[in-house]
Amino acid sequence: MCRDCGCSLGPAVQRAPFAAAAAVHGTIETIEVITAILGENDRVAAHNREHFDQHGVLALNLMSSPGAGKTALLEATIRALDGRFKLAVVEGDLATENDAARIRACGVPAVQITTGNACHLDAQMVHDALHDLPLAGLDVLFIENVGNLVCPASFDLGQHRNITLLSVPEGDDKPAKYPVMFRAADLLLITKTDLLPYLTEFSVARAHEALRQIGYGGATIELTNRGGDGFAAWLAWLEREVAAQRARVPR
Amino acid sequence: MHELSICQALIGQVEKVARENNAQRVVSIVIAVGPLSGVEAGLLEHAYPVAATGTLAEHATLTIETVPVRVRCRSCSAETGAQPNRLVCGTCGDWQVDVIAGEEMVLTRVEIETEPAPVH
Repeated sequence: MCRDCGCSLGPAVQRAPFAAAAAVHGTIETIEVITAILGENDRVAAHNREHFDQHGVLALNLMSSPGAGKTALLEATIRALDGRFKLAVVEGDLATENDAARIRACGVPAVQITTGNACHLDAQMVHDALHDLPLAGLDVLFIENVGNLVCPASFDLGQHRNITLLSVPEGDDKPAKYPVMFRAADLLLITKTDLLPYLTEFSVARAHEALRQIGYGGATIELTNRGGDGFAAWLAWLEREVAAQRARVPR
Repeated sequence: MHELSICQALIGQVEKVARENNAQRVVSIVIAVGPLSGVEAGLLEHAYPVAATGTLAEHATLTIETVPVRVRCRSCSAETGAQPNRLVCGTCGDWQVDVIAGEEMVLTRVEIETEPAPVH
């Protein structure tokens, strides 16, 4: 509910007393504040979102483990849309331009953010990347986050929707193991379902149950990039979101 | 390990409060963190001295108050504790609940040292 306002914390007097401070020379003052620790990131994220809205761009943040198929999903989506929407991609990785090169090979502009050793994208990194990526005329900006089921969940980038991927080879208990990440999702994609006949350990029903246990209330689509009903449902979700963004912020 | 980034953001907020109040240095900091915020208290404690070096908060103590997860049931209205990966009502077992605590990541208190009072 209120992660930043402190309303769940109760009166200040109930909190633990300070440990004795050492070597005090001046006057000591105690200042009670309720400030979001990531307030500065949230401020930049809100600025990014305004920037997207001014251009009527829908911004989607893709998160998952490394290898769950984020880039492959984007490649298949670009091919399937066949120019119906104008797309661009911001790629986040610790190192290499590999993913941006894959997207560019599909004819879509891509900016690679290499984070060094940082395990997540933050709002400032995305803001800086936007300097190299004109938003005018775009319909959808995909932000492919660093492959990681922990850290990216804590940082708002200014996106309109979070999409989290869970691939069949990872196992159906991932939502139970990484509840913060899966709770952050607006759409959950169970990917690589063409492997279900071989990886019989994965139960789609158990994945749904694990999602229910963490209070996930969003939509879930099971798909393979090779086409079929699931992939069509993903494209339909995308079209609905683009239409909703156009209705929200007419160009 | 995003706790170093979180600590750097924390130090930024603390230094802002310190400057606004003409602090010479920060003596102590209290933050409240819930398990559903995605940060680990132990890792924050390890990362904190690295982030604080060379700042007004370099010698400040950091106290992390853990806020337990609590949910309110949409069916029976009970408010109960819950596990981060099992957000169900502790009374009737229904999974249709609203999280009312446990997502916090907030700075709640800063203790600063200001100039000694001038001697007349």
